[in-house]
Amino acid sequence: MSAEKNEMDIDFIREFAFHMRKHALAMAFSAGSHASHFGAGFSLIDILAVLYAHVLRLDKGNPTWPERDRVILSKGHGVLAYYAALAEYGYIPKEDLPGFEQDGSYLFGHPVRSPKHGIEFTNGSLGMGLSLGIGTALALKKRGSGSRVFVIMGDGEMDEGSVWEAFMAGSQFHLDNLIAVIDRNRMQLGGDTEGIISQDLLAERIPSFGWDCYEAQGHDLEDLTHTVQLALKCGRPSAIIAHTVKGRGFSFSEGNNAWHHAVLTQKQYESALEELEVSYHGN
Amino acid sequence: MEINAKSIKRWSVIGARPTFGQAVLDLASREDRLMVLTADVSTSAGLDRFRKQYPDRFLDVGIAEQNMMGIATGLATEGLCVITTTFAPFQSMRCLEQIRVYQGYMDMPVVMVGLASGIYHSYLGNTHCCFEDVGVFRSIPNIAIVTPADCLEIIKALEAAVKYEHAVYIRLPEGAGMPVIYKEDYDFRIGKANVLRKGTDIAILANGRMVNTALEVAAGLSINNISAEVTDFHTVKPVDEGYLDSIDRRSLIVTIEEHNVHGGLGSAVSEYMMQKENRPRLMTFGIHDFFPHAGDYASSLEQCGLTTEKIEKSILKGLGA
Repeated sequence: MSAEKNEMDIDFIREFAFHMRKHALAMAFSAGSHASHFGAGFSLIDILAVLYAHVLRLDKGNPTWPERDRVILSKGHGVLAYYAALAEYGYIPKEDLPGFEQDGSYLFGHPVRSPKHGIEFTNGSLGMGLSLGIGTALALKKRGSGSRVFVIMGDGEMDEGSVWEAFMAGSQFHLDNLIAVIDRNRMQLGGDTEGIISQDLLAERIPSFGWDCYEAQGHDLEDLTHTVQLALKCGRPSAIIAHTVKGRGFSFSEGNNAWHHAVLTQKQYESALEELEVSYHGN
Repeated sequence: MEINAKSIKRWSVIGARPTFGQAVLDLASREDRLMVLTADVSTSAGLDRFRKQYPDRFLDVGIAEQNMMGIATGLATEGLCVITTTFAPFQSMRCLEQIRVYQGYMDMPVVMVGLASGIYHSYLGNTHCCFEDVGVFRSIPNIAIVTPADCLEIIKALEAAVKYEHAVYIRLPEGAGMPVIYKEDYDFRIGKANVLRKGTDIAILANGRMVNTALEVAAGLSINNISAEVTDFHTVKPVDEGYLDSIDRRSLIVTIEEHNVHGGLGSAVSEYMMQKENRPRLMTFGIHDFFPHAGDYASSLEQCGLTTEKIEKSILKGLGA
């Protein structure tokens, strides 16, 4: 069982994120013509790396350990990062990853509950995960558990009214064991979030619903880790707005919404791997 | 709960929702994992005593049905036995996608209780009636649908639902002064229809308050020398195929339901029977795909052709009698 690590090992998290990116690229490539939600997967990698490599209390040998922290991927299309984290952590066998979106695989394009693989909830329809988090956090508090619930959300899904029903309930029920992490990549399927339904007031809206709200640079591992630790200690339900870049890591996809859901060709896969190696190891 | 003539009579007098409230209270005394959620309708659902007696096992989420179903699912994933309740249209349709994903796709059991289904509250307008719920739930895998015929059956259905392996939608009939169909305790199983009156010529399948109507219709038909079997087909999904097989040589099958004729009991029976090479004729009585105008319950039933007299007359005409 891994208790929370007190000392931040940034190199370890960085290496974890590097391997996640490799897994995610391989999955995106193996999806072939089915395509994958590339942009939203790669904006989320560093957030999940910080959680799975450093923050979460989990038991490597027992994915259903009762005292584990719970993770809910409300932005269900972020599976490239999610499955990559679960594989790097050890819950999903790495040899299963090429099955992503393929016939008979449990690795669907949006997560389907499979507790033995660390996939606790079924998601994909946006705006619903925070309510699951409320129920889960309530149940844990009722039985006096110290487990925390992390709900991973997208900024686009903030358009959904059900999200705000859940924000109201989180403070009403005093859920200090609940943290929403919002991947603020500023894009949704139809374009820039600001041109559709602006989320620039998110950092004001969330506190007005009775939550603590923090902001972090979503690709700065140190800042993210530090912010999660702050949120965990605040004694209230909390949200972290993690400022990220959609499609982060590759020159062809960074901030390019054409990569929201796209096919990765062999040539692009190879060039992305090269870019990844260079950015991690240097020239 | 003690089931005897006196308690059955009392439940009939107080009606569906207070009976549901008492059943929940009784369940809580035996089931430590029980948790009851409501979307601002605790008094309407007969839950006032429960709320006072078990404040830690009661949660009012406010007027937020979508949130209620997510919360219920989160609680259920942690091993709690969860009942959710609000008025039938809101319990079924306001949060339908949450139910599809969490109770259907994710297959997480929650007992969903839709209050005041059917057209009892026509005078309030059709926003507060519900005759589409069976149709929408029937198309989602992993959800059982039960429409109790009387107050005792509400209690029996609830007991069975909390032990069921999948989610269950209990479609509560409405009104005080509910007819008594079951005069003593009996065996209730989800998915198993109950024959209430034996008959050899035709079979009448009904659920909810229409079971009593079906019994009245059968009594009327017997005067015309037509032997009608009457069955409480409380579970529309999973459908009791064994029972339907047993009546496939009758001259006529009749379904009566307080639901749209599209998507409900009649549709379920039709879908199964149509696969048979030799099958009886089917007459479906329900709401014929329109929104009734304002009225009290009796006049609404009249509008929809759901009275004993109208149904009996139609059956006689259909049989050429």
